[in-house]
Amino acid sequence: MAKKKRKDLKPSELAALQEQENAAALAALKKRREKEHQKMLKSKGSNKQVGKNWKNDVGIFLLLSFMGLFMLFPIYLALINSVKPIQEMFLMPPKLYAMDPTTDNFRDLFKIANNSWVPFSRNIFNSVFVTVTATVLHVLFASTAAFILSKCRFPGNAFLNQIVVIALLFNSTVTYIMQYMVMATLGMINTYSALILPIISTSMGLYLMRQSMSTIPDAMIEAAKVDGAGLMRICWGIVMPNCKPALMTIIIFEFQTAWNTNGGGLVYDEALKTIPVVVQQIAAAGMARQGAIAASAVVLMIPPLLVFVLAQRNVMETMAHAGMKD
Amino acid sequence: MAEQTVKKEILLPSERKMSRKERREYTLHEMKRNYMCYVMLAPFMFFFIIFTVIPVMMSLPMGFTDFDMASFPRWVGFQNFYTMFMDDDVFIKAIRTTLVFAIFTGPLSYAMSFMLAWLINELHPALKTLFTLIFYAPSMAGNIYFVWQLIFSGDQYGYLNAFLMELGFTTTAMQWLTDGRLVLACVIVVQLWVSMGAGFLAMRAGFQGIDKSMCEAGAIEGIKNRWQELIYITIPSMGPSLMFAAVMQIVSAFTVDIVGRTLAGFPSTDYKVHTIMTHAFDYGWVRYEMGYSSAVCFVLFLVMLVCNNLVGKVLGKYVD
Repeated sequence: MAKKKRKDLKPSELAALQEQENAAALAALKKRREKEHQKMLKSKGSNKQVGKNWKNDVGIFLLLSFMGLFMLFPIYLALINSVKPIQEMFLMPPKLYAMDPTTDNFRDLFKIANNSWVPFSRNIFNSVFVTVTATVLHVLFASTAAFILSKCRFPGNAFLNQIVVIALLFNSTVTYIMQYMVMATLGMINTYSALILPIISTSMGLYLMRQSMSTIPDAMIEAAKVDGAGLMRICWGIVMPNCKPALMTIIIFEFQTAWNTNGGGLVYDEALKTIPVVVQQIAAAGMARQGAIAASAVVLMIPPLLVFVLAQRNVMETMAHAGMKD
Repeated sequence: MAEQTVKKEILLPSERKMSRKERREYTLHEMKRNYMCYVMLAPFMFFFIIFTVIPVMMSLPMGFTDFDMASFPRWVGFQNFYTMFMDDDVFIKAIRTTLVFAIFTGPLSYAMSFMLAWLINELHPALKTLFTLIFYAPSMAGNIYFVWQLIFSGDQYGYLNAFLMELGFTTTAMQWLTDGRLVLACVIVVQLWVSMGAGFLAMRAGFQGIDKSMCEAGAIEGIKNRWQELIYITIPSMGPSLMFAAVMQIVSAFTVDIVGRTLAGFPSTDYKVHTIMTHAFDYGWVRYEMGYSSAVCFVLFLVMLVCNNLVGKVLGKYVD
């Protein structure tokens, strides 16, 4: 009826008709959209990721747990040995648990450590000071340099990039002697510099940062340049936040390297020795200090472990490429 | 065609043929223009050059000398290299051992790191941290592999012996670390255990750095399963991390030394776990023949350099 003659309709009727038609068209469109959406969902499996289902996840979890047990078992043994009293240490067959756990080994460790020439607190201070300084300086210097090496074009870039990798591969028994000679020439033997500077000057962290930064699109940096940001600003304001996983990783590496450093003959003053050196000296006594050795391994592991957990928590997975929309 | 001609017209000055003087001027100009780059490189490069590059440069020629640390090095040319390959049976043996270790802690451990990093990435975020920690933990503490001495101990106090005897597999304690037939396998196990180090962590970081929206886009484009996602999206977008991990793995695979020396003693039974690095240690720090030791290290360095370039060729299309 309405179809027949639009012209003949009264204005009020025409308006009603139009409204009706509009509503119908909208409904049809909605229906089609819904259908497409359903189809898309189906093709993807879920809206998160391809092929993700709980069965796979449980399988992965079980596999990883099984391998994880192999990885953890020796560490568990060290832990158990550190709380075993001395008489349980030589039981036969050895037990996988401590029947009568004590903290004697830890107490022994600190007692022996305190009985040495300098108070143990001094060694703790040395370790903390060296570790923090070396980590902070290395991360600052290496990240800045990595940004330049990966994102800027200037004479000498390719050459420096080569050197960084080659320095990683070169490993010689005499390098330490040469390093000693350089230190001696500069009068740095037996100072904190001798502990800190060799750690700062390794190129591993730089290489990792460089590799990570090379995945950041150049367009992002060009955009920042157009907006008038200086290189320093681009490096710390734009590139760094996008390299958070790599940044956290080199923090973990450097902290660990610095924490485990023993000076390698560059430092001989008792007052400058770090915890690992003191622990080595204690462990040198052999079998009688089996418990103290295990205890020291446990104690030495705690700080890197804490840093690891803190750093990993800091890695927000969504951070990467957050500033990029294209 | 048109594009090519355009490209030729706007060649950068650096790509044009220039006279030497012109090039020097251009380089100077570029250096001046990019002075900020040098300023920002300076702090790192200062320490890097003084404490890493200079010692390395100074130790390079040592391989061609006779140097006992007491007297001044005496130049002997290729004498050390000649002795190494012609007169040193232990070195030839060490090459074989190093290759065995290199296969296990190199490609095998690399593949394992990658698979683990990938599998961990599929898990819930809280579990990711936990599992990364579990696999990385052995490399975290500097010398925790001493625990394996308790496990492989040759008497009945050893955990492995006690376990096997309890179950009735053996009646006598096995000499895990002193029996020439067993020691290599034992040390390889421990080496694999500590090998989830820098490379593994870098791969984890690489996975974490992947743009999630890429995977979603891939899903719409028709990627069907996780394998395809891995090959077409994940690997190409984490090439640089893979390269870093490869370099780390090359270094750790060819410099296997300290674990074997700690566990199996030095020298080990029949030189079974005597690697090239152990050989260098032996000559350098036990016999004080630094010249010869440096020559050994130099050969190892060349091998690593070749491997590095090979890996670079393979991964090249994903890097930069």
